[in-house]
Amino acid sequence: MKHVLLIALSLIMIYPLIWLVVSSLKPNAQIFTDLSIFTTDLSLDNYVEGWDAQFLPFHIYLMNSSILVIGAIIGNLISCSMAAYAFARLDFRFRNLTFAIMLGTILLPFHVVLVPQFILFRELGWLDTFLPLVVPKFLATEAFFVFLMVQFIRSLPNELYEAARIDGAGHIRQFVQVTLPLMIPALATTTIFTFIWTWADFFGPLIYLRSPENYVVPQALTMFIDGQSTSNFGAMFAMSVVSLIPMFIAFLIGQKFLVKGFAKSGIK
Amino acid sequence: MSSLGELRTMAKRTKAERGQPKAKRKHRDNKAGFFFLLPWLIGFFVFTGGPMLVSLYLAFTNYNLLQPPEWAGFGNFARMWDDQRLWKSLEVTFLYVFVSVPFLLALALAVAVLLDKGMRGLPIYRSVFYLPSLMGGSVAIAILWRQVFGYDGLINGLLGFFGIQGPGWVAHPDYALGTLIVLNIWTFGSPMVIFLAGLRQIPDMYYEAAGVDGASKVRQFFTITLPLLTPIIFFNLVLQVIFAFQNFTQAYVVSGGTGGPSDSTLFYTLYLYQQAFNTPMQMGYASAMAWLLVLFIGALTALNFWLSKYWVFYDD
Repeated sequence: MKHVLLIALSLIMIYPLIWLVVSSLKPNAQIFTDLSIFTTDLSLDNYVEGWDAQFLPFHIYLMNSSILVIGAIIGNLISCSMAAYAFARLDFRFRNLTFAIMLGTILLPFHVVLVPQFILFRELGWLDTFLPLVVPKFLATEAFFVFLMVQFIRSLPNELYEAARIDGAGHIRQFVQVTLPLMIPALATTTIFTFIWTWADFFGPLIYLRSPENYVVPQALTMFIDGQSTSNFGAMFAMSVVSLIPMFIAFLIGQKFLVKGFAKSGIK
Repeated sequence: MSSLGELRTMAKRTKAERGQPKAKRKHRDNKAGFFFLLPWLIGFFVFTGGPMLVSLYLAFTNYNLLQPPEWAGFGNFARMWDDQRLWKSLEVTFLYVFVSVPFLLALALAVAVLLDKGMRGLPIYRSVFYLPSLMGGSVAIAILWRQVFGYDGLINGLLGFFGIQGPGWVAHPDYALGTLIVLNIWTFGSPMVIFLAGLRQIPDMYYEAAGVDGASKVRQFFTITLPLLTPIIFFNLVLQVIFAFQNFTQAYVVSGGTGGPSDSTLFYTLYLYQQAFNTPMQMGYASAMAWLLVLFIGALTALNFWLSKYWVFYDD
């Protein structure tokens, strides 16, 4: 009984995604005349056509997205782990105050800093470059990950640090040689979340990336709606699928970390 | 403990310490602390703290990016009061938040309870339900949604099966917002995962004892599961309200950036974006709107915290 209910719900949840994939493989004329997902008339034509449908070939957009993602991951890993180590292991002045502020920024809507940041990046001459979207990640602006890592470091046994201290390890060695290797699960969670969120992010690129050669995948997809090419649903679906595949792979690889990390940041 | 729980204990501690003479305390790691915190400190002052002050100032000016800001006093706020589209965007956003969040949380909780404890195939179900919540914010899914709820889309295909001709949902002012609400509910997987982890924290012996006393499953749910889960329901509620308030991409893509048809999907953040970045750029007005958003989210979160005293059960 339970299973019947859950399977039914699963099908409802996942059906639109399956329909998207199947439709992307169908000839344009059939997509809306035959809404079923059972068909034998499948081809990759839409993919070939969609790849070159928007101004530049799609791999340019994929490349741009990849650059952003890699920059964001490296930045988050370095800066958030440093901040987390300070909050979790070190006893310094204003620690409680700065920690409370850091937690507060998780809840702060970013719209309130949107305009001044835009002005700042404009003054710096960074508009239409990747810098506004990558540099902040090197300065631990994603407080959610700092918090996630703080929780993780706190759970590490103190004895390890005492042993390291007795061996004469300073804070840098305690961070690099003790903390980082032990917090690989938290780093993996951060990597996968950063990947998925940056890959899907639309608002940041919409504001900062202006010329088509700098566009990322989500922007390239919106060109399918903006343009007069709206009738080419097959190509649009095909490129939508292309944009979802990396997220899906990240999900498959990182499932364990995603579920654990998310639950961990939520409760314990 | 969650970030909210953390803030709660910190507030408690400060309350308890108030009135006591401040003990002078030596901090061991001042130098190392500031070294490791340096990136965060720079990031905070340059990208968060500083900009907040600037945007507070800009909220009281007219600023189009080309000429220097011009002091306007409370002009922007007076203009908001008379701005029909702003009121419309508030109506749309509140409707979206207050309809989609309860459904989303109820579904997340219901499915989590169904999935709990030794369910066969749990990892598979969990993945299937969780996947949409990861992809839900993407442009690709918003594009898909436009077609699913289009005139000749999946939903109308299904209705046609029963002989009903549905409207073009996304193009109809009465239904367009509804499609976005459904999209938000579709992403119930992430709170569900948090509920699942919470359910695992409830000791089995509670249920065993209740079972011995002859309490039915339904009764066990209402007397054990639900009360012990209230802190997590509260956590999810606060977060989902904050997230829903800031939704942007889906409304932007489904309406092609306009918030249409007839402003029926004009989310507050979308209107803010239009004010700031569509010509003529009204950066001052957009900043004032951003602070109103902070006020709304802050007030709702505070209200949530205040109400939580009456229904959230803390086991400490």
